[in-house]
Amino acid sequence: MINPAWALVFALVAPVAGGLVAGIDRKITAHMQGRVGPSIFQPFYDVGKLFEKEQAVVNETQTFYAICYLVFMIFTGALFFAGGDLLLVIFALTLAQIFLVLGAFAANSPYSYVGAERELLQILAYEPMVILTAVGMFVATKSFNVSDIAASASPVILLLPGIFLGFLYVLTIKLRKSPFDISTSHHAHQEIVKGVTTEFSGPSLGLIEVTHWYEVVLLLGFVYLFFGFSPLIAALAVAVVYILEILVDNTNARVRWQLAVRSSWLIAAVVGLVNLAGLYVLSGGI
Amino acid sequence: MTYLAKSPWIIHYDASSCNGCDIEILACLTPMYDVERFGIINTGNPKHADIFVVTGSVNEHNREVILNIYNQMPDPKVVVAVGICATSGGVFRECYNVAGGIDKLIPVDVYVMGCAARPESIIDGIVTALGILEEKRSKNVHSAPVTDHHENKEHNNHSQGGAS
Amino acid sequence: MQLAQLLVFLILFPLITAVFVLFARKGLERGLIVKLSALAIGVITVGLLLMTVDKGALQVQGLPGEPVTLLMFVVEMLIAVFILYLGIVHRKWLVVALILIQSAMMLYFELVYAGSIEVASNLFIDEFSNIMALIIGIIGSLICVYSLGYMKFFHEQHPEVKDRQNVFFFMMFVFLAAMFGLVFSNNIIWVYFFWEVTTLCSFILIGYTKTEEATTNAFNALWMNLLGGVAFAGAILYLAVLGNGMLGLSDLLASGKVIALVPATLIGFAGLTKAAQMPFSSWLVGAMVAPTPVSALLHSSTMVKAGVYILVRLAPVFQATFTGYMLALVGALTFLIASGIAISQSNAKRVLAYSTIANLGLIVACAGIGTYEAIWAAVLLIVFHAISKSLLFLAVGTVEHRIRSRDIDDMTGLIIRMPKIAAMMVIGIAGMFLAPFGMLISKWAAIRAFIDAPYGFVFVIILAFGSAITVFFWAKWMGKILTVTTDSKNIEGEVDRHEWAVLTCLAGLSFITTFVFPVLSTKLLEPFLLANYGHVALLSQDNILIMMMMLVLLVILPASTLLPGRRHRHVSPYMGGRTTTQDMRFSGSLGIQKKTVLSNYYLTDYFGEAKLRVWGIWLCSALIGIMAVAAALREVLP
Repeated sequence: MINPAWALVFALVAPVAGGLVAGIDRKITAHMQGRVGPSIFQPFYDVGKLFEKEQAVVNETQTFYAICYLVFMIFTGALFFAGGDLLLVIFALTLAQIFLVLGAFAANSPYSYVGAERELLQILAYEPMVILTAVGMFVATKSFNVSDIAASASPVILLLPGIFLGFLYVLTIKLRKSPFDISTSHHAHQEIVKGVTTEFSGPSLGLIEVTHWYEVVLLLGFVYLFFGFSPLIAALAVAVVYILEILVDNTNARVRWQLAVRSSWLIAAVVGLVNLAGLYVLSGGI
Repeated sequence: MTYLAKSPWIIHYDASSCNGCDIEILACLTPMYDVERFGIINTGNPKHADIFVVTGSVNEHNREVILNIYNQMPDPKVVVAVGICATSGGVFRECYNVAGGIDKLIPVDVYVMGCAARPESIIDGIVTALGILEEKRSKNVHSAPVTDHHENKEHNNHSQGGAS
Repeated sequence: MQLAQLLVFLILFPLITAVFVLFARKGLERGLIVKLSALAIGVITVGLLLMTVDKGALQVQGLPGEPVTLLMFVVEMLIAVFILYLGIVHRKWLVVALILIQSAMMLYFELVYAGSIEVASNLFIDEFSNIMALIIGIIGSLICVYSLGYMKFFHEQHPEVKDRQNVFFFMMFVFLAAMFGLVFSNNIIWVYFFWEVTTLCSFILIGYTKTEEATTNAFNALWMNLLGGVAFAGAILYLAVLGNGMLGLSDLLASGKVIALVPATLIGFAGLTKAAQMPFSSWLVGAMVAPTPVSALLHSSTMVKAGVYILVRLAPVFQATFTGYMLALVGALTFLIASGIAISQSNAKRVLAYSTIANLGLIVACAGIGTYEAIWAAVLLIVFHAISKSLLFLAVGTVEHRIRSRDIDDMTGLIIRMPKIAAMMVIGIAGMFLAPFGMLISKWAAIRAFIDAPYGFVFVIILAFGSAITVFFWAKWMGKILTVTTDSKNIEGEVDRHEWAVLTCLAGLSFITTFVFPVLSTKLLEPFLLANYGHVALLSQDNILIMMMMLVLLVILPASTLLPGRRHRHVSPYMGGRTTTQDMRFSGSLGIQKKTVLSNYYLTDYFGEAKLRVWGIWLCSALIGIMAVAAALREVLP
């Protein structure tokens, strides 16, 4: 059942948590590259600076889309942490991301445009797997509600090993990490300049950054759900998964979108079919 | 406390440089000098940048580009001219095709000498620029879009990156 | 007014309007007749709803059975002769063969068996028929009103096309009458008659412009629908010969699966052809040459819905049978493949056509699965798809007239050139794939329905992939419309007032139905499901609340843009440092001026029509074959 208190906690705490995660990410990345790297509070300085800058726009609609992106991302995360319906969370997440894409389209600029199309390709790549993850959770715990799944004693990870691996694969896409940072990334990849965020500047860019923090917390929440039966193991798993993502990020170059979409789809189809069929047999369906 | 000095993002443009200064600038980003610990990120997008780092001199081809990038940057912003070519034209000063240093076109805040400028000087220059940036922010300086008064018939109807 | 009279009125009134329109002498007369009639039909449909809500399924003896059936047979034969004549004149031998076979079958039936058939009540109404009637009555009428403005402009723009607007409106209203008849009929022979009338209407309306392409596509649509008609006639004969003459729909459904499966499969096949499922999808795509109101009315919101309507009606027969699964797979694969093809299309009407085929496929999949949850999802899909798709088709029609192009890439910056129409188009597109709008709710319901069904995981996987594909092609179209260009002028003022009125109504309906769908579900769907399946599907209160919150946000946030805001400094887009003019012209190398052209990704190498369609045709043909064999075997084996 929905617990609005958690929603409020999410809305207030998640940007801090997400920012810290981003900062730790940069620190670990730096050390992997033999550098010292910035302070772990650097993302907060970045966003603070962005809000101090002038808001220059290509057209006035951009700030609207950035605000909508933020609002709906907070809504999605709040819904997730309040224990709402997992499928609705996924659909609300899609709605939030569409606003970012529309904001990039609205600017009528080549790099922004290419970034928007590539962002849609990213969505094309990971959406099947994410939906199948929700379906898998339902089959494993008999409920779509996050509150039930998180509190469930059933060992979700043991019932959904394939789907977990598939989810990790697309998590790289959602977190915008190499090799799948197709539309935009935090690194110095500049072939499409900044992709989706090219034409955003100042406060609206700051909003997008903060939204990305919210999204990271939400995604790590998804990972937690696989281990809901033991909060300790779950926290550990979340940490391990994220460090793994950082490792993958630093050891891979970006791939062509065709490879990203094809491989995600292949994995989603295979693990989805095998895992769900397996569960079906186990539950006595045949 | 301001965050500008803690998170300066640069856009690096090679005007007509021989790439010597550019290599030194990129060297700053390597683990040897690691300017990312100051929060400096080399973003290739003027809209995201605070510091415009230019190497090389102004010539016919890059006039518009320099103006375009400068005008697209949101306030507050600073310009750092790296290398003697960006400062005054360097050894190419008297050439027919070189107009001179960057300050012939846009207001430059910091001049970093050298040929090629050493990474230590460059970092020193950027840090000086941070102070100027901080000053500009506190005084709420708004730079007007710079337009080019140079006569050139082909490019008459182009906006130079600013509002039109 | 008594229920029987109301139903008969709804069937006959559009017919009367049609005759009046045929003889209208001036555009003004025609317009008046159409508008008054549309208003009447709309009001009475709503009245019918209010009268019958909470009353459950009602059998009605509206018209004397024997004379009407005889009259229908005569009209059928006349239509057959007409089609035969046209088929011979245009040398379409497949059409000739099919109509001969079909007529022979019905002649045989009429001569040998008709006398001994007794159906308890010829008409009926239940919640599902009510919903269909609302769609036909409200959306259908709105489209007819829209056509007044559209056709006027169409003929001005295409002076080479002979002005046969009287015939056009005649056929539109005959079609409305036939659709009402279809959804109110309990007698299968009557359903068949109205079915064939809709085929005829579609044929004539597609071929309206009488160009080479239109005629070819019209005959294409005709032979595929006639193929379905032959199957339908086969079902009737089967029921007459082997089924104890059980030709009442309600009797058939109550009789249990063993007897009903073969005729249900045959009628289901007819449904598949009418709903343009693969391998019969090409007729719908080809039908896009027709004037846009035709595409909106027949080929997205109503006629093709007749195909899925009959499948949803027969769903209890298909439930938990192998035949049903094959049917559902045909639908699911059509959904996946048609969505994929839609990515590669740049012609707006073709995108809408393939999207229609895909969504119909999803409804067919739900009908094939046949559990109460699936039927709930199916009916919701029917309702929301009808509204959103008709809005989109009509908007595309209006836009096409103004910008003289159907290509999506030419719709760049529509939000500047035609702000209000573009906004309505965005509402329509959002209604097709975004939460919390209707189609999303329906897809959600479908996912839940598939999970609970046996072997449902196959369908869930197909739905997950298809759903991701739909996000791609809708979002890129939406992005194109919302691009803010600076060199365009507002050309919206020229839009006809009829078109304005109807588009605004449909956009409003989009929002309203999403807001009131809980009421729709409780009042109409749940009694229907309870009566036919003994179970009720529920959407939890929490979820409904969340969706309402999202809807409110989606109204408030865009509305806030209308408030006066601070004007920011405008800069040009980043073009790698190249200076550009406001309309994105830049100096290329050597100083040559070039204009930036941005076009969508169509991914034709991966989602091209040629390749995917072949897959769809072969796979679905195989599945239909298996389906038919399974049904026959079920009949033969104990």
